[in-house]
Amino acid sequence: MNELVKMVVVLTVLSAFSGGLLAGLKNGTAAQIENQQLKFVKGPAIKSILEGASNDPIVDRFKVTDGDVERSFFVGKFDGKAKTLAFEGFGKGYGGEVGLMVGVNIETDEIIGVSVTTHSETPGLGAQAKDKPDFVSQFKGFSIMDPVSVTTDGGKVNAMSGATITSRAVCVAATQAGEAYEKLKPQLAEKLKAFNE
Amino acid sequence: MAKTFTQEFVKGLWEEIPPFRLVLGLCPVLGVTTTMENGIGMGLATTFVLLCSNILVASLRNIIPPKVRIACFIIIIATFGIVVELLMQAYTYPLFLKLGVFIPLIVVNCIVLGRAEAFAYKNGILPSIADGLGIGIGFTLSLAALGGLREIIGPGTFYGASVFGPSFEPFTFMVQAPGAFVGLGLMLCIMNLAGSK
Repeated sequence: MNELVKMVVVLTVLSAFSGGLLAGLKNGTAAQIENQQLKFVKGPAIKSILEGASNDPIVDRFKVTDGDVERSFFVGKFDGKAKTLAFEGFGKGYGGEVGLMVGVNIETDEIIGVSVTTHSETPGLGAQAKDKPDFVSQFKGFSIMDPVSVTTDGGKVNAMSGATITSRAVCVAATQAGEAYEKLKPQLAEKLKAFNE
Repeated sequence: MAKTFTQEFVKGLWEEIPPFRLVLGLCPVLGVTTTMENGIGMGLATTFVLLCSNILVASLRNIIPPKVRIACFIIIIATFGIVVELLMQAYTYPLFLKLGVFIPLIVVNCIVLGRAEAFAYKNGILPSIADGLGIGIGFTLSLAALGGLREIIGPGTFYGASVFGPSFEPFTFMVQAPGAFVGLGLMLCIMNLAGSK
């Protein structure tokens, strides 16, 4: 009996202590983690797409609900007008989801640049989608409303050699971003007005 | 108890170096050693968890009832595993992105549980610190060596810097999991040869 009580007490105290420690740590690091995500994952991608914007797109962001997901949109001001938006789309790659930040000119619906954010593709192969600009620079100038695909699937994008699956994933992500954009466009235009005042 | 602090520490570096001598904890060994940087990062994260869990298990060894010791070990190890995960997200986010799923998996790394059960539960705090540090650093060195080997032969870089110049065609085999098995096997073979003399 004595042993039983001891087991229960030890396990309970240990679990409670562990839970308390982790909860405290999670609260303490939450803000720092969000900053890091913006800085290391989305930040560089957004900056490379909205290069030369007169505002800070990371500060000027807003959220729109699309079905059950909440999407973040980052606003870029050029020539004093907020007319470009950057937002993320996802496609299934070789090692999981590939995130793609897509920059769009809201007046012409033209892609002004894309950049890979999160991925777990093979280093040296699929990971080059993020590391080398040659592949993603092909997306520039496409209309966001049209589906994007690689040449082997009848599209306009040359796949990276040795990384067809990743190339396809990036195209799917761009297409998915386009679909969301098409659906949300009225709302987005409305939101953007606030940034122009 | 005859062994000194130094002896306990040194045994983890050669005599009982984890992936080669104990052949334990192979999941992260095969999974993250695509580059040397990843290997070192994973090794240090594991060392931290191992050291903390060894200290705590050793100091609580007279309180933890033998019948529920494994459950207690798991609570302790899981707590430190999540601590590492949160801290890495907050302060070394780029490395966290690369190591991804393997950080939470430290919890089920046999080395950590193995040392808690086989060493820390039977020894005092000081020898357990030596054991944790030794085994942890041995694990880090093994991961760094295997990561370095695969990085040089695979994408042709060493710690991120190019070795063979731009004309080098990445050797895909070494980047993927089979390359890790072959690399591990060859290194084990060399170590056995060296040890048999």
